[in-house]
Amino acid sequence: MTEFNVNSPLIYAVAAIVVVFVVSQSVFFLIRAWKQAKMMGMDQTKLRRIATSSAIFTIAPAIAILLGIITLSNALGLPTPWMRLSILGSITYELPAAEMAATATGESLSVRITDPRVYTTILWVMTLGIIPSLFLAPFFMKKIQSGVVKVGAKDKKWGEIFMTALFLGMISAFLGMIFSRTSEGITGWIPVFVMLCSAVLMAVLGIIYKKGKIAWLENYALPLSMLSAMALSIPITRWIGG
Amino acid sequence: MMETMNKTKDYFSRIYIYGRIWMLAALALFMAVPAFLSIYYDAWPHFHEFFLGFIGVAPTFWTVAIIEMFTYIPMLGVGGSYLGFVTGNLSNLKVPCAINAMSIAKAEAGTKEGEVVSTIAIAISSIVTTLIITLGVFLLFWIRPVLEAPVLAPAFANILPALFGALGVVMISRGWKIAVAPIVFMLALFIFVPGLASMVGILVPAGVVIAVLSARLLYKKGWL
Repeated sequence: MTEFNVNSPLIYAVAAIVVVFVVSQSVFFLIRAWKQAKMMGMDQTKLRRIATSSAIFTIAPAIAILLGIITLSNALGLPTPWMRLSILGSITYELPAAEMAATATGESLSVRITDPRVYTTILWVMTLGIIPSLFLAPFFMKKIQSGVVKVGAKDKKWGEIFMTALFLGMISAFLGMIFSRTSEGITGWIPVFVMLCSAVLMAVLGIIYKKGKIAWLENYALPLSMLSAMALSIPITRWIGG
Repeated sequence: MMETMNKTKDYFSRIYIYGRIWMLAALALFMAVPAFLSIYYDAWPHFHEFFLGFIGVAPTFWTVAIIEMFTYIPMLGVGGSYLGFVTGNLSNLKVPCAINAMSIAKAEAGTKEGEVVSTIAIAISSIVTTLIITLGVFLLFWIRPVLEAPVLAPAFANILPALFGALGVVMISRGWKIAVAPIVFMLALFIFVPGLASMVGILVPAGVVIAVLSARLLYKKGWL
């Protein structure tokens, strides 16, 4: 049996292939969508602003993903979490999946995995535990999308309301989740206060860019509100004593 | 004019083909990883251990994956969905990023403009995410003390509240009447059953169903 190490160059190489694949797909779709946007007469400056805003918006959540990699790296080394968190799923899936698999083999994620069989068991469970998105989406994509187009074509106003309702439905679940710790006492309210800070900042920035007609501010209002609220969470937590 | 229309039509029919090819290639590659490492190390899982682990996650996460497909495809469009489902981190990053981009572009989801803007946003977000985490992995020795500094812990613990607070304002301002029913329902649910916080993925479609039904009711009554 080849000697096993969770940080072996081989596993790094395998992870790098997966990461290069994901970046290649993103670049491929980016080029095609950009060309199409140009062809549809969309303003290039606006497209560049969208790209910059999306990039800035991504920074904080990406750092959170990096923290997820650190969490998993104690048991699985660095290349496996690097690969797993660059593809479908998220830390909220990968961690319980790895934990379930480790427990099933009689191991724990609190120590470095040294047995290759335990490692491959974890990898198979992580891979297959969330696979349906990949093989089902190609079958249902066209049907779902043509259904959406039909709703809009039948009644344009209802089509717009329907899309807004979809987004609001998703957001309502996450807004509700923020209140889930309120029964723990005042420290459980910290996420609520952070959410309110972010909401107030966004509302104020919205008023400023609308009244002052400051176009650039509109592009960065959301990432700016989010990052400021994250920064404010530090004094809030200290003040409340969480 | 005619040529542009044809090319536009071309893009929207080709994106399905490109998407399928990339997605099936991703499926093959992602499956090949554990297969290759199992062969290389001559270490295949014992079936009962694999099954115990698998059954612990699959019922929940297969359900979430199927539900996410029906919820997020209409929001992200075809290109954005093909990309988002392969690169992951949908609800905590890709969907909010696409909403932000469509809001800046004043493009509605489900329209041709919405489709290309959402795809651009998700592609940029995927590239930036991969870049940050790749740099992070290789520079971890130096940046780990900063990332794990206790003073920054509250900021990273509150990313979702910070994200959804601002995003909530953007979306609620578009239709606050539609927002009332799902938000009231979700607030009550999470306050009275706090243990559901880890199941938020499953509750997203419940929020969507309530929002769509209440929107339909309000629309029929002429209140929207």
